[in-house]
Amino acid sequence: MSGVPPVLNRRRLLGFGGFLLVIAAAPLVVSHGYALSLFCQIGVMTVFALSYNMLLGQTGLLSFGHAVYFGMGALGTIHALNAVSAGARWFPVTLLPLAGGAAGLLLGLVLGAVTVRRAGTTFAMISLGIGEMVAASSLMFPAVFGGEGGVSGNRVTGQGWFGVTYGPQLQVYYLIAGWAFVATVAMYALTQTPLGRVANAVRDNPERAQFLGYNPQRVRFLMVALGGFFAGIAGGLSALNYEIVTAEALSAHTSGAVLLMAYVGGAGTFYGPILGAAIITVMQVVVAGITKAWPFYFGLFFLVIVLYAPGGVAGVLQLHLRARRAGMLRRLAPAYLAGAGPVALLVGGTVTLVELAYAVVNRVEEGTARLRLPGLVLDSRTAPPWIGAAAAVLVGALLLRVVWKRISGRWAEIHAALAAEGRS
Amino acid sequence: MEFLLITLLNGVTYGLLLFMLSSGLTLIFSMMGILNFAHASFYMLGAYLAFQVGARLGFWPALLVAPLLVGALGAAVERLGVRKAHRFGHVAELLFTFGLSFLVEELVQLVWGKAAVDYRVPPSLDGAAFTLFRTSFPLYKGFMMAVSLAMLLGLYLAITRTRVGLVIRASLTRPEMVQALGHDVPRVFTLVFGSGAALAALAGVIAGNAYVTEPGMAAAMGPIVFVVVVVGGLGSLGGAFLASLLIGVLQTFMVASDFSVVDLARRLGLGVPDAPALARLSLTQLAPIMPYLLMVAVLIFRPRGLMGARET
Amino acid sequence: MTRAFLAAAALLAAAPASAQIKIAYIDPLTGPFANVGEAGLQHFRMIVDRVNASGGVLGGKKLEMVAIDNKGSPQDSLIAFQSAVDQGIRFITQGNGSGVAGALVDAVNKHNARNPDKTVLYLNYAAVDPDLTNSRCSFWHFRFDANTDQKMQVITKVLAGLPAVKKVYLIGQDYAHGHQVAKAAIEMLKQKRPDIQIVGNDLHPIGKVKDFAPYVSKIQASGADAVITGNWGNDLSLLVKAAKDGGLKAKFYTYYGGGLGTPAAFGAAGADQVVQVTEWHKNVLPSPLEQISNEFTRKTKQDLYYFRILNEIRMLARAIDQAKSTDPRKVALALEGMHLKAETGDVWMRKEDHQIMQPLYVSTFEKVDGKKVKYDVDGTGYGFRTDLVVPAQETVLPTTCKMERP
Repeated sequence: MSGVPPVLNRRRLLGFGGFLLVIAAAPLVVSHGYALSLFCQIGVMTVFALSYNMLLGQTGLLSFGHAVYFGMGALGTIHALNAVSAGARWFPVTLLPLAGGAAGLLLGLVLGAVTVRRAGTTFAMISLGIGEMVAASSLMFPAVFGGEGGVSGNRVTGQGWFGVTYGPQLQVYYLIAGWAFVATVAMYALTQTPLGRVANAVRDNPERAQFLGYNPQRVRFLMVALGGFFAGIAGGLSALNYEIVTAEALSAHTSGAVLLMAYVGGAGTFYGPILGAAIITVMQVVVAGITKAWPFYFGLFFLVIVLYAPGGVAGVLQLHLRARRAGMLRRLAPAYLAGAGPVALLVGGTVTLVELAYAVVNRVEEGTARLRLPGLVLDSRTAPPWIGAAAAVLVGALLLRVVWKRISGRWAEIHAALAAEGRS
Repeated sequence: MEFLLITLLNGVTYGLLLFMLSSGLTLIFSMMGILNFAHASFYMLGAYLAFQVGARLGFWPALLVAPLLVGALGAAVERLGVRKAHRFGHVAELLFTFGLSFLVEELVQLVWGKAAVDYRVPPSLDGAAFTLFRTSFPLYKGFMMAVSLAMLLGLYLAITRTRVGLVIRASLTRPEMVQALGHDVPRVFTLVFGSGAALAALAGVIAGNAYVTEPGMAAAMGPIVFVVVVVGGLGSLGGAFLASLLIGVLQTFMVASDFSVVDLARRLGLGVPDAPALARLSLTQLAPIMPYLLMVAVLIFRPRGLMGARET
Repeated sequence: MTRAFLAAAALLAAAPASAQIKIAYIDPLTGPFANVGEAGLQHFRMIVDRVNASGGVLGGKKLEMVAIDNKGSPQDSLIAFQSAVDQGIRFITQGNGSGVAGALVDAVNKHNARNPDKTVLYLNYAAVDPDLTNSRCSFWHFRFDANTDQKMQVITKVLAGLPAVKKVYLIGQDYAHGHQVAKAAIEMLKQKRPDIQIVGNDLHPIGKVKDFAPYVSKIQASGADAVITGNWGNDLSLLVKAAKDGGLKAKFYTYYGGGLGTPAAFGAAGADQVVQVTEWHKNVLPSPLEQISNEFTRKTKQDLYYFRILNEIRMLARAIDQAKSTDPRKVALALEGMHLKAETGDVWMRKEDHQIMQPLYVSTFEKVDGKKVKYDVDGTGYGFRTDLVVPAQETVLPTTCKMERP
């Protein structure tokens, strides 16, 4: 078996080294308070999305209730934090996310036992029901969940060590970044263990895995429990970051968000969910700050990914990396260049249409019916902007159809060449 | 007695409504393997379209037009979207409907606004059907029951007496075999998806004015319908029917009762001095999560569901 | 990703660094409660425009509302708060949800303790949790709405005056607000009318019940003469509709019967059934509120609902003028104990707990008759008719607040 790469080969070292460098340097490049909170959020979501992908990408379990582990982890951590603050227990704040991990693991063991009997759509349905049940009961036990106001805490306890009190956001960022890095390495290492490999086998063909002597239910159960552990750590980080945990942390909304992240980023690769976490978080915070139509763009973006790029962003990236390694990326350039115009027309037209529609609906006072774009004011009450935008969408779509043929032709050539290379 | 009867009627009405939604979902799910997340969105669209059409033409035409429109829309969604996503497997299909439900909710808010719309019960159906002592049973609830039962009968006849119904029944348990026998399964899929959407819309038309027509109604209804399908058993219309009625009646009676688990224990003569929070909750408080509890119980003790024809 | 963020940051920073005094409005602008958040914002914009038109503050400086979406969640509110702080905003206002309010009070307290040179003042226009001005009171928080206990004081006062009422039913949403309403109702009824029997106390999960018919049959079976509920939104409209269908005759004494969009949802089913307690409603017509209300409706196609928002901004403007500064600490000190001659009577901000005291109106949902019910709400053809005016002095309740002033 000489084909198996060593555990620490050059590519992996480079990958993780780069990852470490990026997260260490990010606050040095942009240190605006707002950016820092955004980075913290991305860090938390990275761990969460990766833990989700242990189920979706690695074991083939589509879950609609992953937030329950996240929420339980967050609650476990905030209650532990409050116990520490009250002096009931002594525990370093730095290690508190472990409490969240433990809570997530515990819940994973319990729920895993009930839900992993079947995979596929059935598992999806059951996870949805269980998620709803936990979310619905969260408001009934205010002692645990804190009711609608949630449970809040204060992460600054005592004097801290060497000036690290976790008061300033920057210190919290490094706490999250450190945990995110450790958790990421751990989750990657897990994919390399026998359990990780068997999980892949169970995902691809449970019957065959069973023939080989592995119990698919047991493998799924272990993966659900471990996924719960890491989701719990993510929840713990979120609790320390916001110093508040509300029922929202374990709601269907959060479950949907993490699914979005993993899928949009690309469930087929290990690093896809990291990309997804960053993209979706930035969209949620930044795009929501710019336009009220953000949920609409969200839905549209998701549908486009599902229908045209089921491998997610990482899948697309992976394809191009392969082409580049074969030195064939250049062949795509002309076709891509030709495609840029139609895509711009299509996207621009769609955005304009959506914004016009929102301008009409949200018009509450005189003057707000106009859509202000840089260097352009469109009045949604007149026909020309609508016609123009619709025409742009139509023309863009038609042109893209034509160009698409060229692009897919090029890809066919590349795939053929790659396949030929693989044979030789 | 009066209380029991009215509560039972309320429970049955709600149960029948659940069945209108879950029957379409069961058909789609069993045949195509798609957990249609957008199913409740069709229910919502039915209510909104009935409100819109009803404002122009009145309630009765809307009762027919809205489900037909939504059914056509459902068929289009299957042809243009679901089938495309099918190339990438069941997960992609499911996520497609998930994204679609999200988009439908946004669109509904865009067209009809974020607040509830004033979709009213038609005057001819307003009022009490009968009054027992002090409690009256509304005429409209009776109408809802009648529509649900008529639909149930129609569905039964369509499935047992027509050729398409035969193919559908066969596909419920042995989808691969039906395809192998050379039936145009994709066309049947489109038909079933469209009909399922239409049934959901019909439920929306009659429930939208009895309850509230607002953008959150789909998200509120969706998970319960999934639970019904799981509890009833995959691939079983009879199971879905039973589960709908069971959940409808059980939930209504739980709401109407005043006991908590502790009370019950005390009644039985058990001394429970220091009860945990869970046991102190009254059945009324627990009622809305009862369907999920039931689902977990079914999963543990009878994974096939009440009348499930197959395991997956 | 970083570039996308930079572009957005540039966009946020692009606002001119003028002499304007910004107030961050942190409330839901997307999601299920967006219509309510949007309406509140319209109220603020209207009164800010009026203050600016009459000369602004500090001899010509203008007030400006900056809307930041919190999506209705406590956690997103903290992100919104951070964003406001980054923009150099020193005044924030919020109203929807006591959960959000609690999170914001905590966040503001922590922020002000950690950044004494960049303090922020939090003006609450609608979160009614009594704790916010009792056990959790803060120097940096001011409430411009009557709290749960004050409104219950008024509701029980009305019930105490109705000898026909012998049995009262309590129903509410199963969360902090619902619990507080039930607790206050039981305590105050016992005090004012020990003979009244509480025949039911139901809590149902918030936003999960589709059919209230079983609850209504329960109420009916209990023989209740009146129902007290803290429900809002769909949970209230569905309850009222089900009551109408079931032929329930008992009146509903509500906190949010006239809440934006709620009358539209229950419509005629609420006629003569729904009673609310507010600081004002459209058929309380002192000059010049009637004109202001009509102009607001004409411009925004919405009802004027939050009279207290007018009071909040007017009091803030005056406090800034009195303090001759926009420093939140000085403005807060000026707000403490401030009196305002509002259109409905004397309104003051109690110094001990930062709770506003104002006259409260009890009103019933009735068909527009052109006289007592001149204006309808939500275009339903029904409006509220005043049953009782309770002067501000009678809404004063003791507080347990031990205010720590910096």
